[in-house]
Amino acid sequence: MHSNKYITVYTVAMTLIVSVVLAIIVTGLRPAHEANEAVFKKRDILSAIKNELPVDLESISDQEVLSLFNERIEQVTLDANGQPVEGVKAETIDMAKEEKKPEAERLYPMYIYKGEKSTFYLVSVRGNGLWDKIWGTIALQDDFNTIAGVSFDHVTETAGLGAEIKDSPAFKQQFVGKKIYNDENEFVSVAVVKGGIKKPEHQVDAIAGATITSNGVTEMMENGLEVYLPYFESKKNK
Amino acid sequence: MAEVETKVAQEKEPLFGKKERQLIIDPLNDNNPITVQVLGICSALAVTTLVKPAIIMALSATFVIAFANLTISLLRKGIPKQIRMIVQLVVIAFLVTVVEQVLKAANYPIWKQLSVYIGLIITNCIVMGRLEAFAMANKPWRSFLDGLGNGAGYGIILIIVAAARELFGKGSLMGFNIIGNSSQYLIDTTTNSFFSWYMPNNVMVLPAAALFVIGVIIWVQRARNQKLIDVS
Repeated sequence: MHSNKYITVYTVAMTLIVSVVLAIIVTGLRPAHEANEAVFKKRDILSAIKNELPVDLESISDQEVLSLFNERIEQVTLDANGQPVEGVKAETIDMAKEEKKPEAERLYPMYIYKGEKSTFYLVSVRGNGLWDKIWGTIALQDDFNTIAGVSFDHVTETAGLGAEIKDSPAFKQQFVGKKIYNDENEFVSVAVVKGGIKKPEHQVDAIAGATITSNGVTEMMENGLEVYLPYFESKKNK
Repeated sequence: MAEVETKVAQEKEPLFGKKERQLIIDPLNDNNPITVQVLGICSALAVTTLVKPAIIMALSATFVIAFANLTISLLRKGIPKQIRMIVQLVVIAFLVTVVEQVLKAANYPIWKQLSVYIGLIITNCIVMGRLEAFAMANKPWRSFLDGLGNGAGYGIILIIVAAARELFGKGSLMGFNIIGNSSQYLIDTTTNSFFSWYMPNNVMVLPAAALFVIGVIIWVQRARNQKLIDVS
């Protein structure tokens, strides 16, 4: 049996050693983590228009992703009224943090991809899935109406069901060519519907067994795109 | 005098004697942590849809088990009995955090894919089980080998299960497309008349399939290994 004093000293020493060593490791690796995160985010944004890119996004290296992003993408930051804000780089905006701010103070990132033939407008959206947050990037053509591609991600939707919004290329492919305005020029977004598409221009087929995640995508598209509308309007009128 | 004698006897222990080899080989078959001791099942369900993450998980778990065993064995005489489990947990948690941080810096997509499961190595019963059953009572070198053996025994099952699930569920291995319904695959079921009946089995992607595969492995292993056949 060890004395109480021994146990106390042992515990304190152990805690100190472990925490100091861990702190050193975490601080030392932080630059590498941040660089990785940035590349991952940029790859994710570009994946919304992966069919329009001059290269195969999955086979290019991290370095090439960065140079492609820097060369082709113009970043614009919008405030809650859809007005461009100076001095804030779009890629530094963390949608998760913006969500916690009051609505009027939120900032929204916008990435303008200038391709050889056409320009695409990529916007970030965020919403709720079944278990946790879901988010995505929506790419619009320069008519600000036709969807050129989407990419979705999630914290922890069910694998094989809700997670299909990210994993299934067929689900994402459905969005290509859909319109977010109807013929009367009203914003209607694109809805994910179950059983029978009635308006093929504005609806895509839901994932079987993932009703709540699918509804979450519908809601996210509607609320997420809405904040960018004033910007789209101002661009269209030019 | 007696003390000196035992010390000499200890130093003569070979680095890779029969017993040491046994420590590595036993957990691979006769005493496998998953198929015989039935420990660590939940991570075997969760991270075995693809081979690559399964390999990373196997390596991470082996690293953690081996070095936790080594550390605890080195400290075993100084650890106060009353708080030994807490000390073990701190050592495990420390090593897991190191693995997670290094993996996040070295291969971010894999880290993202494994996400919480790396952290869950802490709760993997194999690690704690080996510390309590072996490292607390054995010398550092043997404890280290025991950790390597058990990690490898756990990892080999993980990789077999992942290979079966990825091949039959997604038609690929290590991300290399083998069989499927487009020209991207080695065997294209739309043009190859011999395999035209083939379809990937989506059940294999779901966690439940891991249990079926583990069940089959246990069955095959028990049928072939005389030591494991229950005579009663």
